[in-house]
Amino acid sequence: MAPVALEPEVSRELARAHGLSDEEYDRLLEILGRKPTYAELGMYAVMWSEHCSYKNSIAVLKTLPRSGGRLLVAAGEENAGLVDIGDGLAVAFKIESHNHPSAVEPYQGAATGVGGIHRDVFAMGARPIAALDSLRFGSLDKARVRYLFEGVVRGIADYGNAFGVPTVGGEIYFDPVYEGNPLVNVMSVGLVRIGETARAAARGPGNLVVLVGSATGRDGIHGATFASETLQDDQESRRPNVQVGDPFTEKLLLEATLEALRTGAVVGLQDMGAAGITCSSCEMSARAGTGMRLYLERVPLREADMSAYEILLSESQERMLLVVDRDRIEEVQQVFHKWDLPAVVIGEVTDTGLVEVYYHGELKAAVPARSLVLGGGAPVYVRQARMPAYLKQTRAFQANALPVPEDLQATFLQLLDSPTIASKRWVYEQYDTMVRTNTVVGPGPSDAAVIRLKGTRKALALKVDGNGRYVYLNPRRGAQIAVAEAARNVVCAGARPLAITNCLNFGDPYNPEVYWTFREAVAGMGEACRVFDTPVTGGNVSFYNENPQGRIYPTPTIGMVGLIEPFPERLMTADFKSEGDLVLLLGQNREDIGGSEYLAWVHGLVAGDAPYLDLEEEKRLHELLLELIASGLVRSAHDVSDGGLAVALAESCLFGNLGARVRLEDPIRPDALLFGEGQSRVLISARPDDLSAIVSRARDFQVPVQVLGTVGGDRLKINDWIDLPLEAIRRVYEFAIPRRMQAHDSAG
Amino acid sequence: MADTLRVGVVVFPGSNCDHDVYYVCKHQMGWRTRFIWHKETDLRDLDLIILPGGFSYGDYLRSGAIARFSPVMHAVTRFARKGGYVLGICNGFQILTEAGLLPGALLRNASLRFICRDVFVRVERTDTAFTSAYSPGAVLRIPIAHGEGNYTADADTLRRLEESGQVIFRYVTADGRLDPEANPNGSMHHIAGLLNDRGNVLGMMPHPERAADPVLGRTDGLGLFASLAESLVGAALKR
Repeated sequence: MAPVALEPEVSRELARAHGLSDEEYDRLLEILGRKPTYAELGMYAVMWSEHCSYKNSIAVLKTLPRSGGRLLVAAGEENAGLVDIGDGLAVAFKIESHNHPSAVEPYQGAATGVGGIHRDVFAMGARPIAALDSLRFGSLDKARVRYLFEGVVRGIADYGNAFGVPTVGGEIYFDPVYEGNPLVNVMSVGLVRIGETARAAARGPGNLVVLVGSATGRDGIHGATFASETLQDDQESRRPNVQVGDPFTEKLLLEATLEALRTGAVVGLQDMGAAGITCSSCEMSARAGTGMRLYLERVPLREADMSAYEILLSESQERMLLVVDRDRIEEVQQVFHKWDLPAVVIGEVTDTGLVEVYYHGELKAAVPARSLVLGGGAPVYVRQARMPAYLKQTRAFQANALPVPEDLQATFLQLLDSPTIASKRWVYEQYDTMVRTNTVVGPGPSDAAVIRLKGTRKALALKVDGNGRYVYLNPRRGAQIAVAEAARNVVCAGARPLAITNCLNFGDPYNPEVYWTFREAVAGMGEACRVFDTPVTGGNVSFYNENPQGRIYPTPTIGMVGLIEPFPERLMTADFKSEGDLVLLLGQNREDIGGSEYLAWVHGLVAGDAPYLDLEEEKRLHELLLELIASGLVRSAHDVSDGGLAVALAESCLFGNLGARVRLEDPIRPDALLFGEGQSRVLISARPDDLSAIVSRARDFQVPVQVLGTVGGDRLKINDWIDLPLEAIRRVYEFAIPRRMQAHDSAG
Repeated sequence: MADTLRVGVVVFPGSNCDHDVYYVCKHQMGWRTRFIWHKETDLRDLDLIILPGGFSYGDYLRSGAIARFSPVMHAVTRFARKGGYVLGICNGFQILTEAGLLPGALLRNASLRFICRDVFVRVERTDTAFTSAYSPGAVLRIPIAHGEGNYTADADTLRRLEESGQVIFRYVTADGRLDPEANPNGSMHHIAGLLNDRGNVLGMMPHPERAADPVLGRTDGLGLFASLAESLVGAALKR
């Protein structure tokens, strides 16, 4: 018997309560030519939410370079981007945020973030081979922040470890601006044979629509809408909006989906994440110019009395929508049954252009598929933009007024104790970084993770990067730096940068100052991507990262994929290799402490401009370094970034367990020389015999090079400023995070 | 007649190191290797069965607690009772203890956290089919990756295991010393790997298949596969 659900009367007020503006509700009335049903209102509200429609970002995103290079699928066309890496192979990858859920329920929020992005990748027919995470938290001195940090890390670990995909890299920044709004951005990278990719289109009227994976429950209803609002103080009440993850089912879904694709009977498929059945059915239909007729009573439910509205909007995890050749349904069902997963025909593809939804014989919704989706009828807005007032103050900063610390060694140790700079071992040892036995370089002694591709002479270098403080101080250059640094990182691993995915974490786009920073950051990102020839394969926008206490820095994070070939010859790592090697700097030291961790952590100042960057200079550096690595002239390469040259030197020493004696002679203030974060610099080590060859190549590429010192011993000595045994440096660097977490463990 | 080792790698739903060990057996060792689906019950074509790492059936209850009831485990038990060789790695070790093929249990790590990193283990015996290629007392650098690897058994069992020399691998320092700091998970007697009394079933928490390829920077696990080749290929030929 049909459950009797009391459905509220649809009205303008109810539409507003669903987050639709009056203008949007009028548009909806016009599209349908009638008042929507309750289910239809829910469908439009979620599909036109910021999270699904990108309505306030898409106009700006379209200015990014989104095709060309080795891109096989342009951004937005499929679940994830696809890049040709030769030999008939392609890499599918994407980064996505799960910020709001993680702010409320860190463990499940982060876990389902991992699950969701992997599903996007295997929905392309690609097998996920690596994950990376970009995380932002407040200060670890706060109990709530430690709870969020602990929960997010456990969530990522438990989901990723059980799913069996290594978490190979990431980055974490700690800054008070992220206190109430942690950021959890997860990147998945998958591998697929060209020609075996799956499409997210519902082609062929008469073909069958099949729901596979977990049963549908009430979890996560309105998750997408929730992600499209500012967090409020009553966030505990939002817990039911957070989905619950089941990595075991996801693992089965992965294996079954890839096996089902091999039958050739699957016409198309799409992951079910935000907006569940609604989103997948509308988007797949719209892409193919078809429609669907769905019968919701066939959907396996966790709770028997769910309404059509709830079933359509549920964001229960570990589900996938397939369109299957009508004559070959049994083959596909057999595969899923082998993996003990339900695979239920819930409808068929039509040629009407409508998604028609029946529940126990009653028509609950009949909506034109295109009218709901991004690129179709979903609204597109260009918001008001205004340069933020704070920039006047931050740019008025005069470094000259700041005294140089007397004890630079103490300052150095203080900086190494910043959780942002310090070793993230406490985090990454909770992740399985090695499963699948392809991890050549995991977290630790390299600027980028390196994953070999079995049976080829190729490896991928992977990196996520994004310094929100830089973007706060100069949105355009800060975003350029995010791309430049990610590219520099994969170059330091010996890889040529191929393409990026981005996750754009910002505040409320209706705030003109936020929108201005967004627009500027996207412009800067586009400029950098054009210079490095790394198109944007897609990504994710997360607005509304603010709460009554404050707003995050505008934080675009970049996920970069580079190719090392031939591998292993071209592989490079950041650790010093041998006593007697020379330590060299490629690039120019500059008197620039703006936006540095040194300024923030030691002086408590977030001020100045973003660090110096010249994109052409940066590009020449990359070309030089790739050439030097290819010629076998480099023994280690490490990017100079957060914490500056002193921290880069310390890291190369610690990674290689070798000391160094260094003499810095640039005529600039010592704190800027040691800790400044001017861009386009790489610390390398090389055999003394190779020096003249390196200098000559550097001249060809117009990149400054200078000898800083020699590798050797068990101390790091920099001028007469710093002279420390490696063990003393290591203690601070390794214990900064565990010390802060343990100090409170025992206190309970 | 077999001219090489015939190996089966069990695939439980939720196994995730199955392909890794398969790769070593098939492509590096050149063994005739196949996957065994968890519902299979006929294992007569095999010389060695490997229970790989992962999270069998999700391991939401207790690691290995459900896997032991699977159809394949009844067959693996029969196979082992007849003297067939069985290697359980990580989740495979957990399943072997749950199934009663090895004594004791693997509890949550003392830190209550999942740990993935290189550890050092000392080879305690080299007169076994699994370790004959190692030199006595060799210290291996091999990764662990588990949340439940804290080996626990009652005092009588521990005494019996020690007396009969069934402890094959122990967590030690890089220079081979027993030190609480070198015990990553709180295991009693630093036990990292355990042999049954008959010498044909080995369970171990470290992952030898992750330390078997020079390009990954670790090769100390190769000795285990080399030992099996040395010890079992002859035996296989005789059949």
